Amino acid sequence: MLSRVANHIYWLGRYLERAENYARFIDVNFNLMQDLPMDLKEQWQPLVAATGDLELYKQKHESFDRSEVMHFLAFDLDNPNSMISAVTRARENARIIRENLSKETWEKINELYYMLQEGCEKKMWKKEDPRKFFENVKNQILLIYGLADATVARTEGWLFRQLGQMLERADKTSRILDVKYHILLPSHMEVGTPLDFLHWTALLKSVTGFNTYRRLYGTIDPSGVVEFLVLNKYFPRSIYYCLKEAEKYLHLISENITGGFKNSAEKSMGELKSRLEFSEVNDIISTGLHEYLDALQLKINHISDLIDSNFFRLKENVIVKS
Amino acid sequence: MKTEGYSCGEHYDEMFDSTGQIRPHYLEFANFLKKASSKKMHQLQFSANKTQKAMGMTFNVYHDNQGLEKILHLDIIPRIIPNSEWRKLEAGLKQRVHALNLFLQDIYNEQNIIKDGIVPADLILGSKDYLKPCIGLTPPKGIWCHITGTDLVKDKDGEYYILEDNLRCPSGVSYMLESREIIKRAYPQLFNDEGVMPVSDYPTKLLKMLRFLSDKPKPVVGVLTPGIYNSAYFEHSYLALQMGVELVTGMDLTVKDKKVYMQTTKGLEQIDVLYRRIDDSFLDPLTFNPDSMLGIPGIFEAYKEGNIAFANAPGTGVADDKAVYAYVPRIIKYYLDEEPILNNVPTYLCREEKDRQYVLDNIESLVVKETDAAGGYGMLIGPKAGPEEHEKFRKLIRENPKHYIAQPTLSLSTVPCLTEEGIEGRHVDLRPYILYGDEIEVIPGSLTRVALKKGSLVVNSSQGGGSKDTWVLYK
Repeated sequence: MLSRVANHIYWLGRYLERAENYARFIDVNFNLMQDLPMDLKEQWQPLVAATGDLELYKQKHESFDRSEVMHFLAFDLDNPNSMISAVTRARENARIIRENLSKETWEKINELYYMLQEGCEKKMWKKEDPRKFFENVKNQILLIYGLADATVARTEGWLFRQLGQMLERADKTSRILDVKYHILLPSHMEVGTPLDFLHWTALLKSVTGFNTYRRLYGTIDPSGVVEFLVLNKYFPRSIYYCLKEAEKYLHLISENITGGFKNSAEKSMGELKSRLEFSEVNDIISTGLHEYLDALQLKINHISDLIDSNFFRLKENVIVKS
Repeated sequence: MKTEGYSCGEHYDEMFDSTGQIRPHYLEFANFLKKASSKKMHQLQFSANKTQKAMGMTFNVYHDNQGLEKILHLDIIPRIIPNSEWRKLEAGLKQRVHALNLFLQDIYNEQNIIKDGIVPADLILGSKDYLKPCIGLTPPKGIWCHITGTDLVKDKDGEYYILEDNLRCPSGVSYMLESREIIKRAYPQLFNDEGVMPVSDYPTKLLKMLRFLSDKPKPVVGVLTPGIYNSAYFEHSYLALQMGVELVTGMDLTVKDKKVYMQTTKGLEQIDVLYRRIDDSFLDPLTFNPDSMLGIPGIFEAYKEGNIAFANAPGTGVADDKAVYAYVPRIIKYYLDEEPILNNVPTYLCREEKDRQYVLDNIESLVVKETDAAGGYGMLIGPKAGPEEHEKFRKLIRENPKHYIAQPTLSLSTVPCLTEEGIEGRHVDLRPYILYGDEIEVIPGSLTRVALKKGSLVVNSSQGGGSKDTWVLYK
């Protein structure tokens, strides 16, 4: 497949996943805020901090007012990672490689774009309860995944989109988990209190993992949730699971059937995945959750750069067709 | 929905004759229309608009905010052409494309038509579209114009006239195809009753033609686009998708040992045929415009070597120059020894003194066109313009007579359109598509462009034009 096309498909996968996760972030924070006691209400700063765009936010806003944060995260085109930016770029990427998408997939992406435009026109961030909107966005994106799953041939295009999606999801799960680090508790004494419990529950719900967690772990406690979201071998949004899948797609792309690595992206990916594969939750806690996640995010960015240089840049070898 | 009070004016109307009677080939549709309420028709129009938006059937407008996507309005009332009328058109178009192809082969090689004094040498050899690098070249299979989108109009007399031959990169075929899908959904039953010839196999035919250009058993074919900001980008990606071939930009291609390769994730893969949608002068910065950012250095050498085929061949532009146009009847006669089946519009060449004087004296009643502009730009419609504009064009003509031609104003035929005020006539033209591969084939359908503004004669999409689905009937 054309390198340029592969590049656009990869980013289409990343941007769609990003938009979906932002819809989840906002929805969950909204829910959580409703359950908090009066003096701790409306904590929106942690959410911005977790997305990594706190600096940009502070340049534009003085306070962390709900509707301002919501606008920044969902509808602000100046924020390159906002939901509307991600959707716009996803559509732009899709438009560039439209001949590689099924007609239905393109039309749904196009609809998603107009959905965001409409949300913007209607000033959704000022609405008393905009959750329906975010749910619709999330569902539209899930619909696109479903459509692709049922109709797209498992050739290179599919592999690159999945690869992008899995890397992005790994990154976003790490950021969701990091929100907890930024949320304020009144004091250390509150660890393990109903308030703490509420936070962890919200977190699990944001990745649609609450029920699964309950079934697998029973009680809600920090180390259980961390293990579940970072190391779990079965949950499709855990970081380990995403990286394992991403590695699988890399191997399928390079037709690596022996394992190990055939290029630098596979090498880096394999190293990171193995590290998680053979980690225990205590290894993470002892490093410090926030520090651990920070390092992980940098590593994922590095792998993304390696994918770029291995597949999307000019190669000199001529393919001889039999 | 009512059509009483529909006024044809002095124009030829495709649905009603001059006494207001419905023409036979519109009877089925008229029956449908009679039974449908105004509300129903507007609903059909509404869902057609919605579908277009969902499909992203957009074009970008030049001279407008960059990246602005617009939708070409599709009027839901079809333009219907009876079979007998189509047969004549078809024969005329085949004849014309055949002759123009022979003409191109000749002027880039033996130049017999110039030696025999049929066409003036300076008109051809002095044209900026006459590409010196193509001299002495015969494109693969001897075909120059593989895809033609001829523009025609119907005058008061009910006869078709050729307006332009469009031998370079005619666009709009995707609208013909997508509009048909939308309109089929609007009139499911009517389609069965009418017997409309299908157009949906166009991509198959196009691909077959493109493959024919290579001698390899399984040639690799691609569509070459200038990119996402080109006004016809939707069409480029649409055709690539429909044919199942790669859509490539200049950036994706590289030339090695006079062969053309695509840059893929696995390495360089050779490509054999390009349906190129970028202008001749941008193809290769080494041969043509050195500033071209879109082109592929060295690709023309690969072409000369026979390692890549282009559709259309570089150099066809010289034959659809508006001054050369005036000679086409003579070109047909010269090569085929036949009388032209389709009419040319009488054309005054400002390069010739007698014609020029006539144009300067009668500019108020003429349409003046630049010989090498397209898309309705650089054009004066005498009867619609004021004295200052007349004077401006007189000056332009005196300064640069070779650049201008003039034609009498034709009265474009009208077709009923659904408007806010009910059903009203709007002026249309017709662009059928002709493919030239192992044979010449006219696709039984067309892009009908509509001047949406009441009384307007400008049908160009960039200037407020819309479109209609065009039904060619089996009977």
